[in-house]
Amino acid sequence: MPVLQLENIDKTFGGLKAVSGFNMAVEKGEIVGLIGPNGAGKTTVFNMISGIYKPSAGKVYFLDREITGQAPFQVCQQGIARTFQNVRLFKENTVLDNVRAIYHPRTGYGIFDAIFRTPRFIKNERSISEEAMELLEALGLQDRAGEKAMNLPYGAQRRLEIARALAGKPKLLLLDEPAAGMNPSEVARMVELIRYVKEKFDLTVLLIEHQMGMVMKLCERLVVMDFGQIIATGLPAEIRGNQLVLEAYLGKGATVA
Amino acid sequence: MPKATSAKKTILFLAATLAVYALVRFLETSEIINPYWQRVLDQALITTMGALGLSIIYGFTGQFSLGHAAFFGLGAYAAGVFDKTLGQGSLPMFVVSLLIGAAVAGLMALIIGLPILRLRSDYLGIATLGFGIIVKVGMDNSSKFMPVLGGATGMSGTPQLANFDWVFWFTFLVIILVRNFVFSSYGRACTSVREDEIAAEIMGINTTKVKVLAFVLGCALAGLAGGMYAHRYPFLHPSSFDFLKSFDFLLVVVLGGLGSMTGTIITAISWVFLLEGLRFVLGETFIDFRGVIYALILVVAIIMRPQGIFGGKEAGFLIPKPLGSLAGRKGGGNAGSAT
Repeated sequence: MPVLQLENIDKTFGGLKAVSGFNMAVEKGEIVGLIGPNGAGKTTVFNMISGIYKPSAGKVYFLDREITGQAPFQVCQQGIARTFQNVRLFKENTVLDNVRAIYHPRTGYGIFDAIFRTPRFIKNERSISEEAMELLEALGLQDRAGEKAMNLPYGAQRRLEIARALAGKPKLLLLDEPAAGMNPSEVARMVELIRYVKEKFDLTVLLIEHQMGMVMKLCERLVVMDFGQIIATGLPAEIRGNQLVLEAYLGKGATVA
Repeated sequence: MPKATSAKKTILFLAATLAVYALVRFLETSEIINPYWQRVLDQALITTMGALGLSIIYGFTGQFSLGHAAFFGLGAYAAGVFDKTLGQGSLPMFVVSLLIGAAVAGLMALIIGLPILRLRSDYLGIATLGFGIIVKVGMDNSSKFMPVLGGATGMSGTPQLANFDWVFWFTFLVIILVRNFVFSSYGRACTSVREDEIAAEIMGINTTKVKVLAFVLGCALAGLAGGMYAHRYPFLHPSSFDFLKSFDFLLVVVLGGLGSMTGTIITAISWVFLLEGLRFVLGETFIDFRGVIYALILVVAIIMRPQGIFGGKEAGFLIPKPLGSLAGRKGGGNAGSAT
């Protein structure tokens, strides 16, 4: 049973076909890379999985249940979390509260518990805070729990986004360019981190990335898109020499140096 | 150690509250402050309650509302008319009428909020502006369908049961209520919607529900404040609940600093005293210049300090103690924007 299955997904914006006839299945425990030149439609695919866009045609299944057209918060509550191409943290809130906010649908207490500070409120708040702190520790952010998210350095903001995504207890993690704007040593650390959280939290990972070095090291399988369609799939080593892929990235006539 | 300090903080807070209460009562009985200033003080506290409601809506959840006074007015008229016709000066009926004021305002907020708050951005501002005008026109013409409301001539006859004690302790309760709301998962959901609504939605928060909850709660507090107002000032007039009054609430919340209860409370009280003070400084002839002065204050304040006077900071006693192993940890336990 695939964790995620996309069946014949189309997305048109007016006359523009952003994605067409897109099919993909991601098996449990895989790290799959979705790559392609700018404008290929990768983020549009992510947006259709997480419910921001409704596909013009086709179906999305998560753990064999159809989730096509559900609201983003419903998709997330079923176990799909994501990060964003351009970091979208709750900037003015503390690092800890960025993570704790995600527990909101599962607090186990109501508004009267909150207002009257009932024992249930205190017990559940305590466990939420402890779990959130554990997540921050797993991502090396425990010492910055009280700082505003906007004051973190860029790399730490990226890690916080992952911590926040994990707080939703996802089964599938979508990472949209997790290494964008990072230098080679930061990229190497990000690769380690993704492997680590994947094992620790028993995840399936689908990621968009432009840095080929990272994709080759990290992904077990690649899906290459161009002009809204899949042009190749396979192991990183196979993709590296694929003529269609080289053409998409570099233009016709290009060869591997 | 941290436990002791937070317990100490709570005791200090309670002691300070009692001290303020005792001081005002002393000044009142010894006739150092006259009934006029007593009235201004009560007005300041009532404004505080209403402004805290808008603080939840705009300061913490980021939803721009231009019609807060309409909900304040609905609460005032609802509570006033209920107590005037059924209360006959009994205290339980007074309290019931306050709750009715809050409920009517909250219910109207729900009716308006459900369709509008599905949308993002500033639609709520436009909708509440329109709603404010509807309410004002409705009040002006209310005598046509319900003579007891008095229409454009105003309504009087609500039992004047709200003295300083009632106003003070209700304000105290409202502050605690807002504090407990803000420092809970609800508060965190609100601030995450304020910071990035799309991210909040994608991370599993039902943002429409959060926004509606914040709007209803905030407007209900305005209604409660309105109910208190009706029992403190014998004459209700539609012009007390028009757009300018909404603007007053907005000013208080923005000047105090978005996302700061401390800022809202202190600014609300100072604002009411400032307006009354200007009455004396300017004298009868120049009283209309108040509008100019207070617009100037706003412009200067926003240029000098765009984040507001308190800029999202919170006084210590308004931050509850952190829970669990977080106690004593750096930054443990504070929601909202306090750092």
